[in-house]
Formats: sequence, C-alpha cells, structure tokens
Amino acid sequence: MSVTTSTVPGAAPPRRSLGRSRPRYGEAAIKVVLVAAATLSVATTIAIVISLIPPTVRFFDKVDVGDFLGGTRWAALFKPPAYGVLPLVSGTLLVTAIAVAIAVPIGLATAVYLSEYAHPRVRRTIKPVLEVLAGIPTVVFGFFALYAITPLLQDWLPWAVEPRNALAPGLVMAVLLIPTVASLSEDAMAAVPMELRDGGYALGSSRMLVALRVVVPAAFSGIVAAVILAISRAIGETMIVYIGLGAKPTFTANPLVEGETMAAYIAQAGSGDLPVSSFDYTTIFAVGTLLFAITFAMNAISIRLVRKYREVYE
Amino acid sequence: MTADAHAAAARAAVQRSLAGQRRPLREYVFHLALLVSVALALAFLVALLSYVVVHGWDRLDANLFLNQPTALLRRIDEAGVQSAIFGTLWVISLTALFCIPTGVLAAIYLEEYGRREMWFNRLIELNIQNLAAVPSIVYGILALGLIARPPLNLGFTVITAALTLSLLVLPILIISSREAIRAVPNSIRDGSLALGATQWQTIRRQVLPVAVPGIATGTILALSRAIGEAAPLLLLGAVQFVTFNPSGPDSSYTVLPIQIFNLATRPQEGFRTLGWAAIIVLLAILLLMNSVAIAVRNRYQKRW
Repeated sequence: MSVTTSTVPGAAPPRRSLGRSRPRYGEAAIKVVLVAAATLSVATTIAIVISLIPPTVRFFDKVDVGDFLGGTRWAALFKPPAYGVLPLVSGTLLVTAIAVAIAVPIGLATAVYLSEYAHPRVRRTIKPVLEVLAGIPTVVFGFFALYAITPLLQDWLPWAVEPRNALAPGLVMAVLLIPTVASLSEDAMAAVPMELRDGGYALGSSRMLVALRVVVPAAFSGIVAAVILAISRAIGETMIVYIGLGAKPTFTANPLVEGETMAAYIAQAGSGDLPVSSFDYTTIFAVGTLLFAITFAMNAISIRLVRKYREVYE
Repeated sequence: MTADAHAAAARAAVQRSLAGQRRPLREYVFHLALLVSVALALAFLVALLSYVVVHGWDRLDANLFLNQPTALLRRIDEAGVQSAIFGTLWVISLTALFCIPTGVLAAIYLEEYGRREMWFNRLIELNIQNLAAVPSIVYGILALGLIARPPLNLGFTVITAALTLSLLVLPILIISSREAIRAVPNSIRDGSLALGATQWQTIRRQVLPVAVPGIATGTILALSRAIGEAAPLLLLGAVQFVTFNPSGPDSSYTVLPIQIFNLATRPQEGFRTLGWAAIIVLLAILLLMNSVAIAVRNRYQKRW
C-alpha cells in the first residue's frame, strides 16, 4: 500500500513507450485467416449467383421471359416442351398456404403461452421438445405424409384424394413450421419490456388483454418477421413436397390432386443426371433462380423487421 | 383503535369485492386455446415417433446394418442399408472437418475483431443471416454448377457432398458460435489484455476455453441438421443405386436420408417397412446427438 512506485520521488520516470514494442506478424497473420473464414460466407452467396446466371441466361435465350412467368403449362422434359412456370408456382403456393394457415395460429399461440403463461420450468421442458421437432429430417416428414397422412385422408374422402396430393404435405409441413414461428415470435415477445406489461396490469387489464393488446402489438414486427421466414422456408422446402405432392406439374387450386413445386422440379430434373450441354439442364437453373430470388427477398425483409424491433427495445 | 377497525373493515370490503370479481369466461377459453395449441404440436411429435417405431420395429434387425440395399422385391426382407449408414458416417466426418474450423474462425472474427461500423462486417453479418434461410436445394444447385462439375470438377463423390453440406450448415454454426463467444464477459478479456496478453493470446487462452461448451452445442446441432439433409444431395449423385460402402473421399456414396427417399419411391410393402426401419436408425442418431448437445449445454454452461 505504501509502495506505489519504485522510482525515487522527484527523479524522471523511465521512458517507456506505450506504443507497440515490435510488430506482431503472428497476430496479423491470424487476423488474415479469420477474415478469410468470415469472407467465405459472402463468397458462398456470390458462388450461388455465379452458378445460377450462365445457365439461366442460356435458358432465356430460347424461352421468352413473359412465356416463362405467365405460361400455365410446364412440361420441360417432354416433347413438345412447355416452359410456363405457373403450375410449379401454384403447387408451391398451395402447399405453402395450407402449411402457413395452420402453423401461424398454432405457432403464435405456442409463443404467447411460452412467453406469457408458462412457468419457467414448463418453458424449459417444452422448448427442447420443440427443438427436437424442428430437427426431424424433412425426408421423414415426407415419408410420413405419403404413408401415414394420405391414407388417412383417403379413408375420409376416398373418391377425391389422389395418392399424391397437396393437403398431406401441407399438414405435415405445418408441423415443421410451428417451431420456427414459435421460437422467433417468442424471442420478439421476450424482448418487450416488462414495464409495458406492468402498465397494462396497472390499468386493470387481465392476462389475456395484456398478451393480446400489449405484448403482441409491441412484438408485431418480430412476429411478422417470423411469419415471413416461415413462408420462405415453406416455399423452399423440397423433400416433403417431392415425396408427398409428386412430380406432375398441375395448374390448380385443388389440394387433393397430384402436383409439383419449384423445389421439387429442381430435385426431379437434377437427380436425373442430365448432360451439362443439354437445354433441359438449364431449366434446373432457371427455376432455381426464381426460387432463390423469391426466398432471398423474403429473408431480407424478415431480417430487416427483426432489426427494427431490436433497435426499439434493446 | 378506531383507525385499526376502519382499516380492517376496509380490507374486508376490498377482499369481498375482489372475491366477487370472477375472471371472465373468455380468459379461461383463451388459456385453454393456448394449451391446446402447444399440446397439438407435442402430440404430433409423439404420434410421429410412435407411428415410426410401430411400423419399423420388426425390420430393426441385424440385416438392416449388415446387408446392402436391393432393388429386388424378393430380396427386400433381408436387405439392409449398410452402404447408407457408412456413407452418412463418411460424409458427416468430412463435413465436420471442413465446417467446424471455418465456422469457429469466422465467428471469432465477427465477435472479436470485426467492428460493426465497417460496412464490410455488416455485410458479412447480413449475408450470414440470409444464407441461413436459403433453401437447401439451392446449395445443391451451387454444388452441381461449380463443385461437382468444372471448375472444381470433384464429381459425384463423398467430398462434393461434404463440401456442400459444410456450406449449408456454416451459417448456423457461425451464428451459434458467435452467441457462445458473446456470452463470455468482457471483464475476462480486459483482465487478460491488462496483463499484457495480445489479442490472439486473450482469445486463445481465455475466451475460447470458456466458450467451448456453447460452441460444441451449436456444432452438434448444425451437424445433426447436415445428417438429415437430403435435398441438395439428390442433385449430387447420392440417388444412384449404391450397394457398396464408400472407399474414400473420392468414392461414390449414398446416405441414410437419400436411401429413405429411394424407399419412398417404391410402392411395395417390403420397401416401405424397410423405410420405417431406416427412419428409426436416422432418428435414433439425431435424438442421441440432440441429447448430447442439451446435456453439454446444461452441464457446462456458465451463468455470469
């Protein structure tokens, strides 16, 4: 306590530079390696774009963009071919609509329950179970849709339900989306400050009113982000729809007949080992570009919304 | 005395009026609706697992692990999925080898070095979040166009599959590793730097050892995602009929999810049953990995 300095009082302190004593090449080299690892993610995005563009350009050399986006018949691998992408889009939207219509209410209710009602111990039990549900491979869900759900539907409506249909994969995909919706919206609800809830209770609101009129509106941008991300996942999901919905492009809104989605077409044509030089090969990339553009835009919107609520409350 | 009596009377009056105020019915209905929703999700999980086990249990025998797949209906009762099990092991080992170092290094950069004011770092961050939600089939297209075919030209091999799955799970791995590194309190870094350690020494000797359990949990979950992934591998030759175990990184291969997909394309009962049995094996591996991840998290996670 008494010894604070080793120098004699009054004498000039020894000169010591506080700057860097010698260059540290090792540190600099490590930083370069780290930057390279982080840059790989940007490189991945660029690589996706690079892989998509040349074949897509080749595709649109022969097919008119308007015919592609507006055509209602898709028969790319047949003769005579037809390159109207709308049947694939309608198949995608049909399954997505069924899945999202079920997953959003249930996922939101689960999030409200976990964030506003559940005892912490209950929450700690349920969340890992939801994680397990989210971790089940989609090929298993597809198998389940085809061999467990569809036969059930056929028992109820034997005259209308085809062996491959949009309803069964839609129902199963809803279950896949519930953990996505629930966990992201619960994050948003957990970020709502306690003071807002206390204010609601102080004004005499019940638990339900606080949940529905305070917490949900305050977490709204996060909830919308969760829903958009769920839609994006549903649009890009492959195995469930390839197995459950089939590979027959159909321009219809009937959920009981066979169809095909964009992702399923990519899987179907891509697993056929088409020659690189063939025109059929480019159809994979044209549909892929459309799928990538749609999901990339939706993800970007979702990320922006998440940032917004984080900025407000954190 | 009188003040106390007044207070007691007031208290009794308040209690009476509060007791009389029932919660309206809609409160109970709402609470019930929430419980039903949660129960539905959990019930589906139970239904799925029990359905799989009931239908696949009889085929969960030694043949499943010892024999190779077959396309012949008359041999289906003795067929197995050995090549797929070995293929999955090969692909996942290489995936881990590629993605763990890259993911952890990228996470270290973003948390410890990258300043958020720089546009480049914000770009990387935004890009990683977006990549995490890009459909897996798009990674298949990327690999088909650039890895399996020229310029990399690695063919339809184990190594192509591993590289593809690495790119696919890298965003997940980076996001979870960053969370683990961020959870290490700054006081530890400051203490180390104040004692004269360089930035890398601080990271290597103080930050990483504390963050390892969190990183391990995230890594296991990312790899379990890779194990179950089938869509990109459909484009990368895994769907070929493979009845031999991979001999090395440049060998052709198949994996369990793809084998399950193949079995789903055959309508006969024998193929279907083998499919349920293969699903049990796949789910058992994943549940095991999940429980290890949760155990690591609960056992080693420190609260600061």
